[in-house]
Order: sequence, then C-alpha cells, then structure tokens
Amino acid sequence: MIVNRPVDKPNRTTPPALDEARLRQQAIGQKLRQMFDAVVNEPVPEDFLDILRRADESDAEGE
Amino acid sequence: MTQSPSAAAADRPKAWDAFKRELVALIPHLRAFARTLTGDATRADDLAQDAMLKAWDARASYQAGTNMKAWTFMILRNQFYSDKRRSWRTAELDPEVAERTLVATDDAEALIALDELRLGLAMLPAEQREALILVGAGGFAYEEAAEICGCAVGTVKSRVSRARRALQAVLAAGAYDRDGRSASDAMSSILADAERLSSAR
Repeated sequence: MIVNRPVDKPNRTTPPALDEARLRQQAIGQKLRQMFDAVVNEPVPEDFLDILRRADESDAEGE
Repeated sequence: MTQSPSAAAADRPKAWDAFKRELVALIPHLRAFARTLTGDATRADDLAQDAMLKAWDARASYQAGTNMKAWTFMILRNQFYSDKRRSWRTAELDPEVAERTLVATDDAEALIALDELRLGLAMLPAEQREALILVGAGGFAYEEAAEICGCAVGTVKSRVSRARRALQAVLAAGAYDRDGRSASDAMSSILADAERLSSAR
C-alpha cells in the first residue's frame, strides 16, 4: 500500500546548487565564445590593411 | 645552375608574402582578443593595429611552422600591459564606451546578458580576464595560454577557475539586483549603468 505522507525534505542525491552552478558555468562559457566570435565575424576595418600595406611598402623602399 | 645571391634575395619578399597573408587572416582574432581584453572597441582596434605592426616588424624573428596565432596574441597582450603601465589606466566602465562596445543583436535578453558579461569581465583582474578569454574563447590549450602569458600552466589553470567563479558571482548578483534585492554598493552602481544602457537602446 502506498502511503502518501507529507514531504518535509526534498530527497535528492545531487545538491541542486551544484547542478545549477555547472549550468551557469556552461552559460557563461557559451556567452564568452559568442562575444568573441561576434568580433571575429565582423568585417575587418580598411585601416588595418592600409597600415599593413604602408608598412610593407616603406620596408620595400628601405631595402 | 646554382642559386645566385640575388635570386635568394628575391625570394625573401615571397616568404614575407606568406607571412603577410597569415597575419591578415589573424586580424579578426586579434581584434576579438583586444576587444574582450579592453572592453573598449576603439581602444581595442588601436591595440590590435599596434600588435599587427609589431608582428610585421618582428617577422624576421618569427619561426615558420610555429603557432603564429599564439605568437601574435603574445605580442598583443604584452602591448596591452605596457600601454596600461604607461597610462595607469584600468578598464573603466564608461557608459559611452559600453554603448559602442555592445554586440549587435536583436534579442533583448541576449543583449542584457552579454552586456552583463562584459561588465563582469571588466571587473576581473586583467590576468584572470586574459586567461579566461584565451582558454574559454580563443581556443588555446592551457599550455599555449601559459606560453602567451609567460607563466606556469598551473597559474593559468588557477586564474581561469578563479575568473569563472568570480564571473558567476557577479552575474548572480546582477540577477538579484534586477529582482530588487540588495547587492553591494559598488555592484549596484555598476549594474545600474547596465540597466540604463540596456533600457536606453
């Protein structure tokens, strides 16, 4: 016979706080990658290539 | 016929073309590292450009076949710390700067979450922040991150785990603050900025 007795304590094997901490960590890791990758996927501003081209050209003249 | 010295000299620019192509391919990664490290889009691009030029100037000392991404990241972080020493500037939480730095997204929840993460990152000591970025987003192994930062592997591991714990605490405090519960004064003002920014967009 099943006795339906009142539950006074949650009967868990893993403390819920630990699971939650792990999930939060995963979420932080995901967001961090998202933040980083968003910049990686931006088009590179023209000045980067201009600066490099100028450096290359002035080196070539110097030789 | 054996190669004359002049032909060998003509080969040099060709080797540098390959170097230049690799360097150009790394620019997006250098920008991302600089952006997450400084939290300031304008300052980050200055830093990334400096690092790119330093790498170009030092190309003769780069050993072909070694990890060029790690090499350029090392140049960038060294530049970051020498700029910081010169200006005595830490990552300041300037709302205008924060606005520029926001990652474009149409998902309001994600925007708030990302901005909180950015603020959380800015609160970390720089060496914890860089360790977490290198390992958590840059795709570097602990050993590579240790080489980039010029420290022991164990030091990187402990910095990453301290950074993760601190970020989690900051983000959890942010959630409490939104619910109207109390947080420390410093935290409240920082998060108030975050609130204002996210509602003012």
